[in-house]
Amino acid sequence: MGISAEMVHCFANAPYESLVTDKNFNFNAQEHGGRYPPYRRGMINENSDIILSVRDLRASVDGTEIIKGLNLEVRAGEIHAIMGLNGSGKSTFSKVLVGHPDYEVTAGEIHFKGQNILELEPHDRATSGIFLAFQYPLEIPGVSNRDFLRVAFNAHRKARGEEEIDVFDFDDLIEEKLDVVKMDASFLDRSVNEGFSGGEKKRNEILQMALLEPVLAILDETDSGLDIDALKTVAGGVNQLSTPDNAVVLITHYQRLLDYIVPDYVHVMADGRIITTGGKDLAKQLESRGYEWVLEEFRTGVTA
Amino acid sequence: MASSVSDVSVLATADQRDAYLKGLVQAVKAAVPGDLGLGGMRSRAEALLNEQAFPSTRDEDWRFTDLSAMLSIEFAVAGESAVDEAAIADLRLPETAGAQIVVVNGRVSTALSRIENLPPEAVVGSLGSSPDLSAKLGERLAQASGSHEVFTALNTVGFQDAVVIWLPRNVVVETPIQIIYVSRLQGNPAIVQPRCLVVAESGSAATLVEDFWGNSADSQFTNSVSELWLDANAQVSHSRIQREGAGTFHIGKTVVTQARDSQYVGTAVDFGAKLARHNWEIYQTGEQTTTKLYGLGAIANTQHADTHSLVALSHPHGTVEQEHKAIVDGKAHSVFNGRMAVAQKAQLTSASQLNRNLLLSDKARVDTKPQLEIVADNVKCAHGATVSQLQADEIFYLQSRGISAPQAQRLLIYAFAMEILETVSVATLRSRLAALISQWT
Repeated sequence: MGISAEMVHCFANAPYESLVTDKNFNFNAQEHGGRYPPYRRGMINENSDIILSVRDLRASVDGTEIIKGLNLEVRAGEIHAIMGLNGSGKSTFSKVLVGHPDYEVTAGEIHFKGQNILELEPHDRATSGIFLAFQYPLEIPGVSNRDFLRVAFNAHRKARGEEEIDVFDFDDLIEEKLDVVKMDASFLDRSVNEGFSGGEKKRNEILQMALLEPVLAILDETDSGLDIDALKTVAGGVNQLSTPDNAVVLITHYQRLLDYIVPDYVHVMADGRIITTGGKDLAKQLESRGYEWVLEEFRTGVTA
Repeated sequence: MASSVSDVSVLATADQRDAYLKGLVQAVKAAVPGDLGLGGMRSRAEALLNEQAFPSTRDEDWRFTDLSAMLSIEFAVAGESAVDEAAIADLRLPETAGAQIVVVNGRVSTALSRIENLPPEAVVGSLGSSPDLSAKLGERLAQASGSHEVFTALNTVGFQDAVVIWLPRNVVVETPIQIIYVSRLQGNPAIVQPRCLVVAESGSAATLVEDFWGNSADSQFTNSVSELWLDANAQVSHSRIQREGAGTFHIGKTVVTQARDSQYVGTAVDFGAKLARHNWEIYQTGEQTTTKLYGLGAIANTQHADTHSLVALSHPHGTVEQEHKAIVDGKAHSVFNGRMAVAQKAQLTSASQLNRNLLLSDKARVDTKPQLEIVADNVKCAHGATVSQLQADEIFYLQSRGISAPQAQRLLIYAFAMEILETVSVATLRSRLAALISQWT
């Protein structure tokens, strides 16, 4: 199956309802200014600021194109889920957003809070408010979690033109943040992620999110491999950190996470682009029916 | 095989090396002070030297450390010289106040040394000022295993003075003792031969800091020997810091003889010198000894740092833990050879050795060789060596948290080094070394 660039472009500019494949989603977008309804929790505000705008994004790794014309718009207060099969480009997209050097953007634009960020270094993207919770958080032997968090926090303060915080004030602050993810203070004095269990590493990611207070948090398969208790803790942390002024993009394989963090939009990715978008029920359908029907509808929709 | 041309050049330098060593022996011998009464010991060392040659890279022990650059330099024994307090004030550690010995050009400076804070039973000072020990000295000074080695013997033939630290039975010295070795040269290339003897009698305990310091780019040859004797149940914590000037060839020997139940914890740090070689030898003379050796080298440009360690175990229930790390930048070259000899009688030995190397440039070089010689059959011995660069994914992880790439690199280098520097027991020294590392790149 091939889709030309023009078609993708066309697709991106189509009214939202034409993308909706969620059969239980009876909503006339025309009555609501062409945007989704306050579907779940009233966080959606069509007048809120656009935080992330991705247009016709194409990206390659080692000359192989992985992202093939991706469009996405995220407004303040929204929670988006991106689902898709392995190899659909979900994780690559998250890495491109934060500027991983292995990925080359060959076309398209990424605007964050109205600013083109493609030329920004990863650390500048971070201090401007983009945060990625890694699928596989790195272990950094010899760097204590406490030092790492303080250096990162101070890098953010410095970027905002604020004074660096001293060790003692930082300790007070971080103790507070530990509650968000129900982490024991002893984790602060261990090397970053070294010897942490899978769940502890993921909680440590959310702790960093709690500390750095990003405007846009991207969670790359944060739920993979978590037991239910850890999942609830992580999800609880994310919910606690959601405000009308920030936004979350959840990348996941599984619907289960979305029982705890209810998304406003669910996007399905395939072959390097978003092929359909729906509400939270779309995730449930994907869980029960798999992806094949979505891919099929997309194919017929395109060929029709 | 090598070509005939290079064989000829090796032969040519063999003669040259012989002559060079003889010249060094004559130079240091001529400058020996007559009043130490060590004639017999010195002539035995000289006889040993007559049987040996100045090392070349054809010697297995010197395969990766080429001393031929020394052959064109004629070193004369550094004369007596005075150093201003201002020059060394920054080296004094607050924790060692009143327990500081300053050695200038291989001679203990009474003007600069301050030892008022030590227990009266302990004998701390220079060899010449410790007459009541003279009867006991003969059993210890230059008596450790390995004394025949060429540079050790050269030191024995010609050292000008020695620092003596003698702790009688059960004396516990709370104040860490610091030895500061500095040089003040008069322009010509000079050889300086510091010598130190530490005897911790049974049940005694002390912390020792040896700081070899220099800031001159002039040619210098430091040939140091420190002998440490830990009698039964003695405990010594030892930090050896080498930060000599950029023109210095530093060849240092630390030899530790451990009697039963003794504990030795040593941390050796190499930051300085043009070429540095540390021979670190531990000889066990009784059972259930504990030995911990930590090493860190951080070198750049064209520096060369070589650590050759030997732990010789000949009694049961010994425990050895060794970790040596090197950070190598520019065109620098780091060498580690860690030998552990576990004899038949050393059953139930538990030994581990780890060598980790961080290469910061494409031109940097590391040669590492664990050398386990295990005859005993009921022992646990583990060893490992790694050579790596800074991990791009670790740097990216830090960048994704707002930390710039250069800052991320410094953080990772710092972390790598701190695992060793944490073992330095004197807090101010530890933090000063940490500060040096954090400014290092």
